[in-house]
Amino acid sequence: MPALVIAEHDNLKLKTFSLNAINAVSKINTDIHVLVAGSKCDNVCKEVSAVPLVKKVLQSDSTNYENYLAENLTPLVVKLADKYSHIVASANTFGKNFMPRVAALLDTSQISDIIKINGPDTFIRPIYAGNAFATVKSNDKKKCITIRPTSFDPAPTSGGSAVIEKVDAVDVPNISKFIKKEETKSERPELGTARVVISGGRGMQSGENFKLINAIADKLNAAVGASRAAVDAGYISNDHQVGQTGKVVVPDLYIAVGISGAIQHLAGMKESKIIVAINKDGEAPIFSIADYGLEADLFEALPQFLDELNKLNTIQK
Amino acid sequence: MKILVAVKRVIDYNVQIRVKEDGTGVQTDNVKMSTNPPDDNAVEEAVKLKETGKAKEVIAITVGEEKAQETVRKALAVGADRGIHVKADSYIEPLGVAKLLKKVIEKEKPDIVFMGKQAIDDDCNQTGQMLSAMLGWPQGTFASKIELKDKSMQVTREVDEGLETIEINLPAIVTCDLRLNEPRYASLPNIMKAKKKPIEQLIAKDLGVDISNRIQQLKVEEPPKRKGGVKVANVAELVSKLKNEAKVI
Repeated sequence: MPALVIAEHDNLKLKTFSLNAINAVSKINTDIHVLVAGSKCDNVCKEVSAVPLVKKVLQSDSTNYENYLAENLTPLVVKLADKYSHIVASANTFGKNFMPRVAALLDTSQISDIIKINGPDTFIRPIYAGNAFATVKSNDKKKCITIRPTSFDPAPTSGGSAVIEKVDAVDVPNISKFIKKEETKSERPELGTARVVISGGRGMQSGENFKLINAIADKLNAAVGASRAAVDAGYISNDHQVGQTGKVVVPDLYIAVGISGAIQHLAGMKESKIIVAINKDGEAPIFSIADYGLEADLFEALPQFLDELNKLNTIQK
Repeated sequence: MKILVAVKRVIDYNVQIRVKEDGTGVQTDNVKMSTNPPDDNAVEEAVKLKETGKAKEVIAITVGEEKAQETVRKALAVGADRGIHVKADSYIEPLGVAKLLKKVIEKEKPDIVFMGKQAIDDDCNQTGQMLSAMLGWPQGTFASKIELKDKSMQVTREVDEGLETIEINLPAIVTCDLRLNEPRYASLPNIMKAKKKPIEQLIAKDLGVDISNRIQQLKVEEPPKRKGGVKVANVAELVSKLKNEAKVI
């Protein structure tokens, strides 16, 4: 039986995390089909078709699928599910929103946010904000899985030519409608996939002060993150939050500024390759996981940091 | 309008988790337990709707062992009218919990069900979505703002790209983000009053739904420990180390 990956896209382009999901599934099932449900999403289908790991693209086109309303997407996935062993999506707000609906209607216990695949039915997933890893075995016939995108490399995107098969749209319940999406536009790399992330916490004291962080982010081509405390305080918008209920990031370099290191924040960044902590409280828990800790007032340290970066001849991008 | 709020008892968010040496789970003996944090937001939102006259009754429900009642009692102390405790002696997966909640909802017929968007113990993020699918209701997940209308509500959702607003018909399920509101503390008089509010007890296995677990937990282990590194004296040393030692900039 093939595996089905539900693609995330904006009707024009595929979102990267779907490539991580495709690659993850390929560890247990090489017969991978990808569902692209959307409105006028031909380009996305072409993109998916070029992914060598994909055997077949299922295109279902309807204005009902334009905005991923979980109530509308679910009946389609459930109808297709019959022919598949694994139903898979990324464990971001896209997959988290609709996959449990699918699982419930299939009477299947979903396996959320897996970080490692040991076999077709055995997976490792973090629990308690990543303070424990559980190895779990699913006894359901069909597996509904969300994968943690940052734990798997993205699948290569060129060289494939999977067939694109049209699938009829399914009746929708008409109980929900999309009103609007307020996206934060940024020239910087995406937080979830950036090579370098610099985050600010409560220690930043205001939204205005994030300009100190932004200046360094621009210099390092970094994404800007934040602790929950900073988002709660209104310094920065929610899409920047790194942590247990925010985004999980695994950059090469994570710079935590004015962040004490609450358990729920560490859950979102402690797998980063190199961690830098800048905090004036030498006892802050963040120092216990930082590769390089600088005990300093961030309002002095950040301008100096920018000066030192300006002195360098080259900076990796 | 009637509102049901589902709450869960979990290890307090401030407790440093210890994995049991035999790999069967995490230490829960003598560990501080609390209401799952976003469930407090769910209770707060329900109580606010009652205070503004939009809701007539708020019922708090939990599924769990005897002591899980404490979370219902806490909800009663901040303003819920009555409680329901579905007693279960061992862990039930979100799929089973959703089935139990559905059973109660069919009897109570609430217009809105609030719950936290995720429990901080198993981090599943499933129950609300599963429940709404089983009921055929719409869902407003990861809600940071709600606006009640006549027969529907607008929900602002925290999504990866920013904020999304949807309109969902009632009855509906709303899973709450921590930014939905500021949960209040219960006052002492209200804590005393809550002791007199009724909590109905139901037995999970007697409710006639399949709550068998489908996922076997084979092993729980500590994640690889991250070693603390060094402290640097100043910014120049930091940048030099990042450039020449870690080679990341």
